[in-house]
Amino acid sequence: MLQRSSAHPTPGLLRPLGVALLLVSANVAAQELPRTADGKPDLNGIWQVMNTANWNLEAHSATQGATEILGAIGAVPPGPSVVKGGHIPYLPEAKAQKEQNFQNRRTEDPEAKCYMPGLPRATYMPYPFQIVQSDGDLMMVYQFAGAVRTINMSNHQPAPVDSWMGWSNGHWEGDTLVIEVTGLNANWLDRSGNFASEQRRVIERYTMLNPYVISYEATIEDPTVFSEPWTLSMPLYKHVEEEARLLDFKCAEFAEELLYGHLSKDAAARSNAAGEQP
Amino acid sequence: MNASFPYRTLSTIALLSSALAAAADELPRTSWGTPSLQGYYTNATIVPLERPVDLGEREFLTEEEAQARLERAMTVTETQPGTEADVHYQFDDYGMARAQNQTVFSHRSSIITSPKNGRLPPATPEALARGQEIRAWRAEHGFDSAKERSLSERCIIWAHEGPPLLPTGYNNHVQIMESKNHIVIMSEMIHDARVIPIRDSAPTAVLPPQWQGSSWGRWEGDTLVIETTGFSGRVTPTGAAAPMAVDAKVVERISRIDAETLKYEFTVNDPTLWEAPWSGDYVMQAVEGPVFEYACHEGNYGLPNNLSGARAIEAKGGKP
Repeated sequence: MLQRSSAHPTPGLLRPLGVALLLVSANVAAQELPRTADGKPDLNGIWQVMNTANWNLEAHSATQGATEILGAIGAVPPGPSVVKGGHIPYLPEAKAQKEQNFQNRRTEDPEAKCYMPGLPRATYMPYPFQIVQSDGDLMMVYQFAGAVRTINMSNHQPAPVDSWMGWSNGHWEGDTLVIEVTGLNANWLDRSGNFASEQRRVIERYTMLNPYVISYEATIEDPTVFSEPWTLSMPLYKHVEEEARLLDFKCAEFAEELLYGHLSKDAAARSNAAGEQP
Repeated sequence: MNASFPYRTLSTIALLSSALAAAADELPRTSWGTPSLQGYYTNATIVPLERPVDLGEREFLTEEEAQARLERAMTVTETQPGTEADVHYQFDDYGMARAQNQTVFSHRSSIITSPKNGRLPPATPEALARGQEIRAWRAEHGFDSAKERSLSERCIIWAHEGPPLLPTGYNNHVQIMESKNHIVIMSEMIHDARVIPIRDSAPTAVLPPQWQGSSWGRWEGDTLVIETTGFSGRVTPTGAAAPMAVDAKVVERISRIDAETLKYEFTVNDPTLWEAPWSGDYVMQAVEGPVFEYACHEGNYGLPNNLSGARAIEAKGGKP
């Protein structure tokens, strides 16, 4: 950009005009956001990321996947870091845990087990989710594992119980929906073993940029795992297909061989044939 | 959920119908003008799906009969030693016993209103034959692997979730969330959220079979009418001999009676399962939220325990 600017300098008189035009268009965009009856941005719709954060939140080259037998189908697509500053600030012991998670990712990633992904991972899995925005609360329904959570806009309280999808207290800061999520079970944050504990507090910010794009940010505080709070950010894109809807991805049955295959009659027979006790 | 609610006494559904007409102008409404159905509800009931045969075509119990039925339902009975129920965890340890939960009182003798005898229509020969095949397979292979266990034990889908949504033994809580163009019906067990588009006409998209079918809804006056087809072909509905067909049809009608109650009506039509369509209705009553997350699969100890028990029996030369 700098080289191009110096080769083709913008005439000084036009520069302020360009800035003014940008401001006007940004202002028009803000006014054109779809809005609900109470004037808030209307986030209703089916949304999905278009990135590789679920493979690895940090910058990553294309690599062989955890299951080589799948060939290129199981390979990891490349992607830039979605973490502000580039790296997740792990405490030393947690960093070692992350590395161990990576080694065991084929069998230990909660995604492989079809466990509900918690926050913020649910947002950037390669599956759509739907926001249903009522006159009061919101509901977010995720295709993966049929996970679902209510965003409590008025019934703010501490998480009454721990759960996979946590307890969400939401409020509006201008046109940004801010959600504090607590009461989450410990969970992985991606397929490369990044993780957070049940102590984490996640602050999400949903800011609609135009009718088809939401800017998503999540700040994760977890003093047992990270040396400081850190933030990931990415756009969410709206599904605009006519009649777009969430379809089932009830993955429990796809995880049964992984979780329970060793308890099947066939496995016992194989063990017996090998001279082992079932 | 709040476990300390006693049952509340409601008028009969016949009386409620007149209340519906009387209160139409006072119903809570959304900002877009439709009656608000949003909230947390229970459909726990002491009304059986099918009417006891000796009641014939009598739709309502007398007050005395209804109170006696309530007392029987709320009485905790001792389990028999040596039975599955006896080694199951105590429901009342977890606030799951019927007497610990808000239960909708009703004089109705059955949830089923049609056929007139309040009972499921006769099963088709095809369904009976299919059911026999399934039972025979299960008797031989039911413990071979996770895939041979029931869909509910595998935490995939529970039959009562429907549609039609029916009361079950416990955790009968339902959350409804609505936007202008969608309504979500979320069953506590097992956190299944049906996201139903509200449209002027039937969707035209060609969709794959879905566990709860593909639904669409429309408003007929103040009643939300939901039509569903495109089922998985794998779920055996409550009281059926075999799984519901992919192209079976279910129509649900939800209307608000007052600030505390919704009326839920339904008709099921699956000519492969039953000789005739059947219909029913019941009342959903508001409860204090929230509905807690029912993480069935994540906490599924029963399935691996059943399989490891079966392997242990086989190792001793037995048959599970």
